[in-house]
Amino acid sequence: MTADYFAFVGLQPALALDLKDLEKRFLDLSRRYHPDLNARKPAAEREAALEASAILNDAYRTLREPIARAMYLLKREGFDIGEQTTKDVPPELLEEVFELNMALEELKDGDTDALPQIAAARERFLASRNEVDGEIAAKFAEWDAQHSRDTLSAIRGLLNRRKYISNLIEKTNVPD
Amino acid sequence: MFQIEFGENDDKVVGIDLGTTNSLVAWMNLTKPEVLPGEDGDKLVPSVVSLTTDGAIIAGNAARKELIDHPDRTIYSVKRLMGRGVADVQDELKLFPFRIAEGSDSVIQVRLGEKTFTPPEVSAFVLKQLKKNAEAALGAPVTKAVITVPAYFNDAQRQATRDAGRIAGLEVLRLVNEPTAAALAYGLDKRKEGIIAVYDLGGGTFDISILRLHDGIFEVLATNGDTHLGGDDIDNRLMRIALEDIQSEWKEDISHSGEAVQTLRRDVIAAKEALSFAPVVHLKFSWNGKSYDRELTRELFEGLIKDIVDRTLGPCRDCMKDAGVTPEQIDEVVMVGGSTRIPLVRSAVEVLFRARPHTELNPDEVVALGAAVQAGILSGTVENQLLLDVTPLSLGIEMYGGVVSKLIHRNSTIPASAGEVFTTGVDGQTNVLIHVLQGERELAKDCRSLARFDLKGIPPMPAGMARIEVRFLIDANGILSVTAKDARTGQEQSIEVKPSYGLTDEQVEAMIEASIEHAQEDLDAAQVAMARVDADGILAAVAKAQRDAAYDGLDGEERACIEAAIREVQAVYHSDDHEKIREKIDLLNEVTRGLAETMMNTAVRGALRGTHV
Repeated sequence: MTADYFAFVGLQPALALDLKDLEKRFLDLSRRYHPDLNARKPAAEREAALEASAILNDAYRTLREPIARAMYLLKREGFDIGEQTTKDVPPELLEEVFELNMALEELKDGDTDALPQIAAARERFLASRNEVDGEIAAKFAEWDAQHSRDTLSAIRGLLNRRKYISNLIEKTNVPD
Repeated sequence: MFQIEFGENDDKVVGIDLGTTNSLVAWMNLTKPEVLPGEDGDKLVPSVVSLTTDGAIIAGNAARKELIDHPDRTIYSVKRLMGRGVADVQDELKLFPFRIAEGSDSVIQVRLGEKTFTPPEVSAFVLKQLKKNAEAALGAPVTKAVITVPAYFNDAQRQATRDAGRIAGLEVLRLVNEPTAAALAYGLDKRKEGIIAVYDLGGGTFDISILRLHDGIFEVLATNGDTHLGGDDIDNRLMRIALEDIQSEWKEDISHSGEAVQTLRRDVIAAKEALSFAPVVHLKFSWNGKSYDRELTRELFEGLIKDIVDRTLGPCRDCMKDAGVTPEQIDEVVMVGGSTRIPLVRSAVEVLFRARPHTELNPDEVVALGAAVQAGILSGTVENQLLLDVTPLSLGIEMYGGVVSKLIHRNSTIPASAGEVFTTGVDGQTNVLIHVLQGERELAKDCRSLARFDLKGIPPMPAGMARIEVRFLIDANGILSVTAKDARTGQEQSIEVKPSYGLTDEQVEAMIEASIEHAQEDLDAAQVAMARVDADGILAAVAKAQRDAAYDGLDGEERACIEAAIREVQAVYHSDDHEKIREKIDLLNEVTRGLAETMMNTAVRGALRGTHV
């Protein structure tokens, strides 16, 4: 339960990971720990293999996704990664969000004229998220090189922002 | 002397496909999985159980015959009731002649004649029949098995299947998902890398799984399905139409007669199956001197079932999305389940995945064959293959306000785990109730309740001070276990589990006890089978010796004596008395002792002369 995911797969804590290498580590360790390949061992070893296999799968699931990996590392470094609140709304998006909500209200009332506006907003949000992803990738490399807490703070801010934008994208996903 | 010694620790692990309509048992014959036939030669054991009028339980082909003569004492498709509550199966009850006993609540009780049984007990009778068939065919006791389940089965349905195995006297080494088992059976590991889709339309359930293959490791990327969609739905649709048609033609409603309905059902299924191979068939049905004959074209049939086939496509698209693959990326499509013989199903799958599906293996057998491969992996006879499966449904706990907080997401590779810290909300509170659910919906009332775990014996302290760490672990069978400890003291915390559906451990134990009453007859059958295998062995060895030069050296009386002993073994071979068979084997062994010694000495002298042996 308290196993360190990076150590478990034999890696130093890092934010930019080679996914092919991570996959290979996962498959190799699966061959060692999976319960099916430990089925004929004594009960205590079977139990240990089940535990190890569960941790391995949890670790791989977390580390292969950049966002989950970053959240995990932040938590590991003592950052509070609780839900963001409305005060975290990126200010430059405030006006856009307001307009989007208006358009969604109109659509709810049956006014399909709002659809093109919603589609356009969606495009802009998707572009913003791509931008944020680029910034996050740059910060990942920065942390891996210097291990500075300031970088982690910046990453936490970017992750909150990304989540906010993703929620907006979800909102604009309306049936035509 | 010709008696063959069998190793003591020769416990074979079999693979069992416990299907809605039919069940099969298979094993690894050296390097190849093979389905084991029953004594009647049939590989398919109908998943039908009947209580005879003299109180005996029969399963398989014999029970299927009873469907028509004694429909009120016979049950089929019981898999639809596994791990479910009475409220869940109301739709089922409109379509299937299940007789639910009153007083059934979280565990359904079905009525067969004057007795009642739970679905795991009914399934256990089918499993016992398979166990018996395997023991007879292998000539050795069978106590360990891998059993397959639909990939989309939830925790309660999996537990019910494992309970059925235990009641049947089988140690269930692993529950394997049916579509993944099928992928193993196809030996697709010969391909080093690739993406495989498995489309499994069985009698009562539909599963779709997408796997990635890496050098012998089958990694399931995503699975989806519908536990209430299958060939039965097609049968029911045809039945409804046939019943209406007959009523308007005969001016008689036959739907009240269980016997008539089961006879018609048999004829409808025969017509449906024939339509997979012929463009036009006749549905013929006779009852009480009247006869009905209707021409059915494949075109009409396809029009009738199109919406049922279309219902499988949504889960396929969702599964591709969850797996993060497009149809173009899928290299192979494997078809499983009898319903995939229907041409419309094949063409729908071909259009969706843009690949011609594999149909080389018998779709009825492929799951059992895969279960046997998995049995081989577990017992070490199959090397370099490994299945990494996923949990089909998200696991969560009910939070304040009835909202579900997800702890383990669907399509997570299993074993998987998650931890959560719980505390008390009131001063002096000594227990915390945790409600665990499975499903994708936001609210607890829309998800499947698995169990309520009561954390007990928390020392009284101010609200919010207690810290109980709870760990949820889904094992390789897809079954949940929960452990808890006090974070401050590190002490294991006691948990009382109240399963929402299904049997408690005590109930299963009681059922195992009850089945031991019948254990003697089961044991006798196994001993007879083993004695026959030994008889085969000695008869073959003696036949070989009769062609040896040493046999020609015997005098007439000695030869007559051996021939008489052979006839005696043959005479008792088919009897049910294993002691009698053993007695005759020993006699044959005794009268051939001299012959065997002569042959042995000749061989030894040959060796001493320096001839290569």
